[in-house]
Amino acid sequence: MSGNKNLLEVTDLKQYFPVAGSRAVVHAVDGVSLTIKKGETFGLVGESGCGKTTTGRSILRLTEPTAGKIVYDGEVLFDSETKQKEDMLPYRRKMQIVFQDPYASLDPRMTVGDIVGEPMDIHKLYDTKEDRRARIIELLEHVGLNSEHANRFPHEFSGGQRQRVGIARALAVDPEFIVCDEPVSALDVSIQAQVVNMFEDLQKEMGLTYLFIAHDLSIVNHISDRIGVMYLGHLVEVAESEELIFHSAHPYTRSLISAVPIADPKIARESKRIILEGDVPSPVNPPSGCPFRTRCPYADEACAAQMPELKEIAPGHQAACIHLDKVS
Amino acid sequence: MSEYLVNIQHERLSFFTPAGEVKALNDVTIQMREGEVLGIVGESGSGKSVTAYSIMGLTAENGKIVGGSVEFNGHRIDQMTEKEMRKIRGKEVSIIFQDPMTSLNPVYTIGNQIGEAIRLHTDKKGDEVRKRTIALLQLVGINEPEKRIKQYPHELSGGMRQRIVIAMALACQPKLLIADEPTTALDVTIQAQILELMDDLKEVMNMGIIMITHDLGVVASMCDHIAVMYAGEIVEYGTTDDIFYHPRHEYTKGLIRSIPKFYEEAYERLVPIEGQPVDLLNPPKGCPFAPRCDSCMKICLSRKPERTEFSDEHYARCWLNEKAQFEEEAKGR
Repeated sequence: MSGNKNLLEVTDLKQYFPVAGSRAVVHAVDGVSLTIKKGETFGLVGESGCGKTTTGRSILRLTEPTAGKIVYDGEVLFDSETKQKEDMLPYRRKMQIVFQDPYASLDPRMTVGDIVGEPMDIHKLYDTKEDRRARIIELLEHVGLNSEHANRFPHEFSGGQRQRVGIARALAVDPEFIVCDEPVSALDVSIQAQVVNMFEDLQKEMGLTYLFIAHDLSIVNHISDRIGVMYLGHLVEVAESEELIFHSAHPYTRSLISAVPIADPKIARESKRIILEGDVPSPVNPPSGCPFRTRCPYADEACAAQMPELKEIAPGHQAACIHLDKVS
Repeated sequence: MSEYLVNIQHERLSFFTPAGEVKALNDVTIQMREGEVLGIVGESGSGKSVTAYSIMGLTAENGKIVGGSVEFNGHRIDQMTEKEMRKIRGKEVSIIFQDPMTSLNPVYTIGNQIGEAIRLHTDKKGDEVRKRTIALLQLVGINEPEKRIKQYPHELSGGMRQRIVIAMALACQPKLLIADEPTTALDVTIQAQILELMDDLKEVMNMGIIMITHDLGVVASMCDHIAVMYAGEIVEYGTTDDIFYHPRHEYTKGLIRSIPKFYEEAYERLVPIEGQPVDLLNPPKGCPFAPRCDSCMKICLSRKPERTEFSDEHYARCWLNEKAQFEEEAKGR
C-alpha cells in the first residue's frame, strides 16, 4: 500500500433495474458506500445476486447508477444530487475492467493483437502502426504470452491464456484502477494461482489499484488488503483482510467464513459449519430493515424496523448489525 | 461377486472425433468398497467425469471403452446392453449432475419427476408413489413436501433444486451415488447445506459415493479415499490424509501448494503449476505431467512411470518415487 490518499470514493450508490412487464424494481445495489486507497486492493465478496458485480459496473458507469456519488481521484464523475454526469471517455484511460468469463468477453472474430490494440485506437494513443504493434507485443509479453500470439484468434487459446488477453487489453491504456470482476473463477485451480500471481506482480510494477470482486473468500482473502462483504445489495461488513477472517463481527460474515471448504482434512473434520437456513430473499421484494434478518439466528423485531448502519466497531472495521453484542 | 462395489481394471476409453482419437482414459484402475466415499479430483478434461460416467454406461456416442473392464455390484458394465443398463441406472447407481437448473425437466412437476424413478424400478402405484415421494422430500430437508410435489422446477431456488435432484437419485436406495461437481454451481452457504445433507444421507442409507470435484476443500471434509487424475490417468491414489499430508506425486503437491491457505497468518505467495493443461489429442510420450513438472528428469519424457506403492491404500505414478526407492535400496546394500 502506497500512501493514504483515497483514489475512489463511492457514497450511497444505488442501482435499480426495472422488471420487464411490471412496476417492480430489482434493488441490485442499495446504498453502498466505500473508499479505495491508492495502490490498495479492495476485495468484494458475496453470494450470487448480492450486487457485487453490479457495484463494480456502476462505479465505471457501464450501467448508469440510479443514485449516489462517485468521486475518482478528487474529481466528481457522477452525483445524483447535483445531477452531475461527467463524460467517461477520458476516465476510461484510467479506469479499466477485466471480466469474469474469458470465453464471452473476447470478440471471436478479432485477432488477439486487434483486441489488445482496440483501446489504443479509441484513445488515439499511437500515431504509427509500428508503435502500436510494438506496444501490443510488449503488453502480450508482459502477461506471459508472446508476439506470435498476436495474429491468432481467441478460440485458439485456453481459458487461462484468454484471461491473460483480457488483462492485456485492460492494461493497454496504462490505467490506474482496474475492476477485476471474478477474473479467476472460470479457470482451473492450477491456472488460478498463475493469474492471481500475475495480478499481484502487475500491481507492484505499475502501482495499480484493484477492486477485486469474487465469491471465493479464500482467493479474495489472499489478494486483498481490505474486504467488503455484500448481502442483498448492501455492504454488511468492511475490514482489513486478516481482521475480517479472524475477528468477523457480522453474523452473515461468520457463516460465510465457516462455510468455506478448508482444504485440510484435520481442520475440516473439526470445524463446525454454521449452516444458514433457507435462501437469499429476492432483491425485488427485499425484507424491511436488515436484509439478512430472514436467515439470521439472532434476528428479532428490532431488526425489521430499520436498516442498520455500517458502524465503526474497531479502527478500520465496520459492521452493519444492531445485535453485535449478542453474536457469539 | 467380488468384494468390491466398484472394480475398474485398466480401463481405456477413447473418443473418436474428426480431429482424431482422444484418449480420455489411460489405464484407470479403481476399487471401491460398499459405503465408501471416494473423491476424484482433477482439472477439466482430466477424465474424472468420464471415469464415473462409465460406471453408469453413460459414455457419449463417439466414446468407446477400448480396453480393461468395468465391474459394478457384480455386473460387467462394459459388456452390458443398453436395455440391461436401464434396469441398473437409477436403481443401483444414481447420479447428481453439476447444474440443478438443467438436470430437471421444466415441463413436469417435481412430484412427477421423482415419481418416475419409483414407478420405473418398483411395483409401487398411485398413492404409494406419492407417499414415497413425500418421504424422500422430507429426507432431503424440503419443507412443505405436499405443496412442493405440485410445483415446477422454475418455482424453486438453486439449492432446493439440487435437493430435489438428490431426492430423485435416492428414490430406489442406490448402492452408489455419483455426484458430479454437485455444489460447483451453488453459493458457498448453499454448498455447505448440500454437503452437510450428503454427509448425513450416506450414514442413513449406507451407500457409496463418488464425489467428482476440482475443489480440494470439498473432498477434504467428506472423502475416505481420493484419486487424483491428470490427463486421463490416476496419478495418485490414497486415503484423504495420505493425499493432503503425504502427497507423493508432483502434480498433487502442486495442486495443494497452488490454493491459498485460508487461515494464513502472514502473506504467502501462491506457487502455481506453470504451463498449460495437456492436449489429449497429442499427449506427451512419457509422464503426462512432465512438461509442467519442476522436477522433470530425462526418463520422465520418454517412459510412463509405473505405480509405486507406499501402502495397500496409497500409490503414485512418478519416477521420483522409483528413484528414491532405488537409492534407498542402494544405501541398504
